[in-house]
Amino acid sequence: MNEIAAADQIGFPILSTLVVLPLVVLVGLAFLRDQRTVRPVALAGALIELALSLALVARFRTGGADFQFAEQLPWIDAIGLSYHLAVDGVSVLFLPLTALLVVLVMLTSWSTVRHQPKAYLMTILGFEAVAIGVFAAVDLILFFVFWELLLIPTFILVKVWGTGADRTRAALKYVLTMLLGSAGLLVGFILLGVNHRDAPGSGGELSFDLLALMDVSVPTGTQTTVFFLLAFAFALKAPMFPLHAWMPAALLDGPIGMAVFLAGLKMGVYGFLRFVLPLVPDAFATWSWLIAVLGVVAILFGALVALVEPNLRRLVAFASVSHVGMAMLGLASLNVQGVQGALFLIVSLGLTSSGMLLAAGFIHHRVGSTDIASLGGLAQRAPALAVFSLVACLSAIALPGTTGFPGEFLVLLGAFRAYSWLAVIAVLTVILTASYVLVFYERAFHGPVTSPTVDAVNDLRPREAVAALVTGLAIIAFGFFPGPVLATSKESVDVLVERLDPPAGERTTGD
Amino acid sequence: MDTSSVAPLLALLVPVLGAAGIVALRDRPPARELCGVAAGLVQLGIIATMVPTVLDGGTISFTISAFLPEAAIGLRVDALGVVLAGTSSLLWILTTVYSMGYLGTGPDRGLARFHVYFGLTIAATMGVAFSVNLLTLYLFYEALTIITYPLVTHTRTPEAAQGGKRYLAYQLGTGVAFLLPAIVLTYTQSGTFDFVPGGVFDADAGGPLLVLVYVLFLAGIAKAALLPVHAWLPAAMVAPVPVSALLHAVAVVNVGVFTVFRVVLDVFGTDLAGELHLGAVTLAVTSVTILMTSLYALWLDNLKAILAYSTIGQLSYMILGVALLSDAGRTGGVLHLVGHAFAKITLFFAVGSVYLASGRTAVSELRGIGRQMPWTMGAFVIGGLSIVGLPPTVGFIAKYFLFLGAADAGQWLVLAVLAVSTVLSAGYYLRVMRVALLEPPAPVLASGLSEDPSLTREPSITESRALVVAPLVVTAAVTLLLGVAPGPLLELVRAAARVV
Repeated sequence: MNEIAAADQIGFPILSTLVVLPLVVLVGLAFLRDQRTVRPVALAGALIELALSLALVARFRTGGADFQFAEQLPWIDAIGLSYHLAVDGVSVLFLPLTALLVVLVMLTSWSTVRHQPKAYLMTILGFEAVAIGVFAAVDLILFFVFWELLLIPTFILVKVWGTGADRTRAALKYVLTMLLGSAGLLVGFILLGVNHRDAPGSGGELSFDLLALMDVSVPTGTQTTVFFLLAFAFALKAPMFPLHAWMPAALLDGPIGMAVFLAGLKMGVYGFLRFVLPLVPDAFATWSWLIAVLGVVAILFGALVALVEPNLRRLVAFASVSHVGMAMLGLASLNVQGVQGALFLIVSLGLTSSGMLLAAGFIHHRVGSTDIASLGGLAQRAPALAVFSLVACLSAIALPGTTGFPGEFLVLLGAFRAYSWLAVIAVLTVILTASYVLVFYERAFHGPVTSPTVDAVNDLRPREAVAALVTGLAIIAFGFFPGPVLATSKESVDVLVERLDPPAGERTTGD
Repeated sequence: MDTSSVAPLLALLVPVLGAAGIVALRDRPPARELCGVAAGLVQLGIIATMVPTVLDGGTISFTISAFLPEAAIGLRVDALGVVLAGTSSLLWILTTVYSMGYLGTGPDRGLARFHVYFGLTIAATMGVAFSVNLLTLYLFYEALTIITYPLVTHTRTPEAAQGGKRYLAYQLGTGVAFLLPAIVLTYTQSGTFDFVPGGVFDADAGGPLLVLVYVLFLAGIAKAALLPVHAWLPAAMVAPVPVSALLHAVAVVNVGVFTVFRVVLDVFGTDLAGELHLGAVTLAVTSVTILMTSLYALWLDNLKAILAYSTIGQLSYMILGVALLSDAGRTGGVLHLVGHAFAKITLFFAVGSVYLASGRTAVSELRGIGRQMPWTMGAFVIGGLSIVGLPPTVGFIAKYFLFLGAADAGQWLVLAVLAVSTVLSAGYYLRVMRVALLEPPAPVLASGLSEDPSLTREPSITESRALVVAPLVVTAAVTLLLGVAPGPLLELVRAAARVV
């Protein structure tokens, strides 16, 4: 596994810049006295960050599985720890996605967050810096540091700016749940580092470098232990059924902005792709049946609960559980289509889930609730909001022509090869998805206007419309032209799948 | 021979541009309607330029997007595609004119919306007609469902909402539950999504699984309305007549039947279909569909309901034709796709004309209306004769080929089904004609409560306005013309039906 230094590629440490820039803006905001300039300055910073992350993608070299834009500084030599950032086809797209979501959240919360707006924006920027770090870190301990740091802005955002009565509980629930996984995650990482030290040819040194760890083999017993430790932590974050309880609470009681990040950035699935598949491939292949079964149960469970869920924000949470199940089924297929599909799916869910949650935010801001009982007939009063919501909903049901389709389609292709019967169940669940999404849409937007609040709502304001337009267009664009996204990740996914190396003929039924 | 050209994309984009033009002109009737007509004419011209190529067995391709490594989204025009596209394009123009008369050209935004969605429906139909592979077809097939939903619910009444819900549930449900798995399984078994004349599967591919795939296709293509996934069509009857025309003749059911044709001809291929006895499976399903709907229609009194069940039966004729796996059968099936479209749209236009002039919707209310509305009912007779399959209409030519195909294939049972159902359909169409043409006009109600004769007499019924009558006269004339001189169309149909 090779890497290309940032110096050779773009001339400056772009990944560190992406991590630091939001922090600089954050500090700058702290010194701003004039409240009126706070929002424009924060947005400008977020836009520069987005432009920079798009430049990163533009300069990204496809056609190889190398880690790119790499930068490495020794940190604590004694334990082989280093500040090591780099991106490959698996991770590169999450950076612009994160930056885009931050811009969308800022645009849509422009006038809705009235309590301490400066502190709110600073927390968002802090979240952004750490989230970029999560996606760019290739040193396991560095990753772990970012991973844990992420809890701080998340906790603050849910606790302080949550819209629900139970926001304190929801914030605590989230943090405690995550800490439950963290300990195991750290142990798993340390086991891998120790294994590197003990492995022949490694010079007897501890290392937590992803690239170095991929070069040494891990004994089966260690693989199994590490697999379960890591899988537990990432499954909690994903969230994977049955470890999903924090999510409906956080999405309902937290602020819309945080919900967008929690549902839009599928860090748990990313963790599987980044660490579990490459570092403990044999254990993953051995236990892939378990992942696949849990994945299908999640698809089914999430969809069934969503079917009777009257609140849009909780509905998105259960849809998310269902979608994550689909992504896990793709990973468990152990073939290129499945893994590629899972990756595409979680990136595109960033757009789809955010789209639905932004719509939920627009509704909440206008009606004061996202409960179906207080809605109905919205389309008559807010047609633009209705169209935007429809696009997001259609993407959630993976209609062809939206970004939801290619990923899910590839996952099904992969899954049919690996587990035909599970895939059949997964396909049938897609009808459930279509039902709960369209039924909710129908009841919320069509029919007669019954509530006076709905009767008085306004359509999208300019800033909201910009956010809606960008999201909607992206959903459609990647639906018709998924090629560039797939090309970016292709080589890296090929390498991942090669490492999984399923015994010939055992898991393939086609070809 | 395959040439690359932007023409197929243009044929798809012109209706989209037409829809955009209608949006721009939304408050300026009748310019917005004429914009749709103009787009239709341009589109028809583009399709016409492709006819010579496909008659020679050539194809015209255009790749839209690389999409997935496994399959691109692209267009490829062949004779079968031109048959569907040409029919839709021509009928789009006529339906637009008709709806100017039927729905009016008021300043109502709802009318603008109707024409916009209609244009987009045509675009999606072009996409299906010219799909290069299953993936592209699926994309446009599902898009068609979504785009037609606002049309089905156009009147915004509770009944329309109910009908629309059922429409959407059937279409999306079967599409995702059956069509999508069928497509995925086709890929896993053959390694391709492409349409290949003669089929994509290896000779030694697993038999029982392929039969399952085929059954999934039949169940998944609900737009072809085979029993038991037919109920959406009668449910959608709540929509206004121009929308019924769209469903029954211009786009939706044609797309369904076309998709079945593609699957039989270019996914399975007639050889493999024969080996796997897929023909027999299809013949069984279609025969049951034909007999059940014909019998059911006999009991109905509502005109639109009769026409809806008639459509379900007629679609099965087309599919049955292709499933006979003989040259004559395929020719009959493809020809019936065109012929039925013209005849059925004539019937719907006529029913709409009667409703507009008199408010009547039931057969039993039609007494003597033939004398009051000669053009409308004259056209109705021609359309009815064609559906029954009597000369000198195009329906007769199609029926002839279907009978011939059944005889060629030695399918005597199918031949019997065709004969029985012809008698049955003659039963319900001739009943309408008898009531409308031979019986005297409804007697004036002698109320005895008023001396004023104007209160006891119904207002006299007269022929509808020219914008309503002209399109239905044209479609009736085409139905006759294709029956008298089917030569040029047959040439295209034979190319589409792969008759060498």
